[in-house]
Amino acid sequence: MTDASTRVVIAGAGHAGGSAAAMLRQLGFEGSIALIGDEPIPPYERPPLSKAWLKGEASAESLALRPAEFYPTQKIELRLNTSVTGIDRAAKTVSLGSGEIVPYDFLILALGARARRLPIPGIELEGVLELRTAADADRLKSALGPGKRLAVVGGGYIGLEAAASARGLGAEAIIIERESRVLARVACQQLSDFFEAYHRSQGVTIEVAAGVAALEGVDGHVTDVRLTDGRLIPCDAALIGVGAVSNEEIAREAGLTCDGGIVVDASARTNDSSIFAIGDCTKRPLPLYGRTMRLESVPNALEQAKQAAAAIYGRPPPPPEVPWFWSDQYDLRLQIAGIPFDATEIVVRGDIAAGKFALFHLAQDGLVRAVEAVNSSTEFMGGKRIIQRGKRLTADQIRDMAVTMQELAS
Amino acid sequence: MAKITFIEHNGTPHTVEIALGKTVMEAAVDNNVRGIDADCGGECACATCHVYIEPAWLAKVGLAAAGSQEASMLSFAAVTQPDSRLSCQITVTADLDGLVVRMPEGQH
Repeated sequence: MTDASTRVVIAGAGHAGGSAAAMLRQLGFEGSIALIGDEPIPPYERPPLSKAWLKGEASAESLALRPAEFYPTQKIELRLNTSVTGIDRAAKTVSLGSGEIVPYDFLILALGARARRLPIPGIELEGVLELRTAADADRLKSALGPGKRLAVVGGGYIGLEAAASARGLGAEAIIIERESRVLARVACQQLSDFFEAYHRSQGVTIEVAAGVAALEGVDGHVTDVRLTDGRLIPCDAALIGVGAVSNEEIAREAGLTCDGGIVVDASARTNDSSIFAIGDCTKRPLPLYGRTMRLESVPNALEQAKQAAAAIYGRPPPPPEVPWFWSDQYDLRLQIAGIPFDATEIVVRGDIAAGKFALFHLAQDGLVRAVEAVNSSTEFMGGKRIIQRGKRLTADQIRDMAVTMQELAS
Repeated sequence: MAKITFIEHNGTPHTVEIALGKTVMEAAVDNNVRGIDADCGGECACATCHVYIEPAWLAKVGLAAAGSQEASMLSFAAVTQPDSRLSCQITVTADLDGLVVRMPEGQH
């Protein structure tokens, strides 16, 4: 049990860390909470960075996870511009960049992930950007505008969203993808085809099966992306969006089990019973799929924050949630429920040509594993419930628009 | 500013103040009221900020418009009632000063 003398230290003040602090107080936790982050601003939402924030449609206030006065009011000690650099599990202390030693009874690692760096010449040039933080987004924003040309290396969600926002700001955008299609690692062929066609219709150039050999520059500033086939793609800025890697180094150095993410159980607990890990930095069980995986999403950060807070406060774990994701590009809202593990069949509900449809991924026995919904929130919500309940559907049932999603999900 | 009272499923009331123009969901989140998850951050995309409007306030707040995104999301929320709303879709105006809403047992 915890009491007023219990000390919780949260390493990482992003969406996961900030939410864990809030949830502990919601439950009634009376001990101290120190929330330690290396960025200069209190916890904020990252999803708008590639969308509304980039386009100048969101204020700093709307980006903040909670208002500034929230932290003193909730007695959460917010320590910014510093990070946890080491863990002494025997002494139950963490060390900060400043050399300060901070004791804990429970430690929550919310260390996040960082952009994968490409090991190619020219990566250090000015104008070669990544997009993880608000500061990154501001740098990208200042490089966009009418007459500017953005090269996006990597056709994942960050890249596609940034390209869409660049077009919205009047800049040209070209996406360079190594695989044969965009979203190759995270979506099915039909969805990739749809998004490629849509981006092209919005004036984006897409090069698939294109390797990047180097970034070329003049006077230290990027001017071109050199492809492995020798072609030069001129640009004013190059955004590298080729995935993220877990910030698990301090956990590994402390002897916590890591495997492409800090390994945690269904309570977000590591192999040290006093240490939890949440969000992008974890490799977590997915009870609905019988697998473990590292997920990069806000819903995942929130679910694990809830798990860790409940475990620390001695409450039963919350019920497992269906993983979900979203992406906004132009006037398209993509919402994905579940993960298509073991899926053998894809059934389309709705009209792909009209830009309003959902792709249902079924396993051999008709079990719904994932639903990818474009401008179809009802299909997304219904699909999430169907996955949660382990309901089986036939292709004919799914295709029949005369049957509502409410009926399909009931 | 307006006062909003959230009543937890177990009957515990929480009265908070919020600036006009913000949403009822933000009133809960900004004051750390337990029972409003708001997983999607106010995009009307997740139905985890579900509340029941107290009868005396129903006329002023109104119901989700038939066929709206909110009505569609609500149809999948846990334990809906005729007075169910998504609190992210209710903007706080001077008219709503004193509003009372009740929370469902859970949001998931």
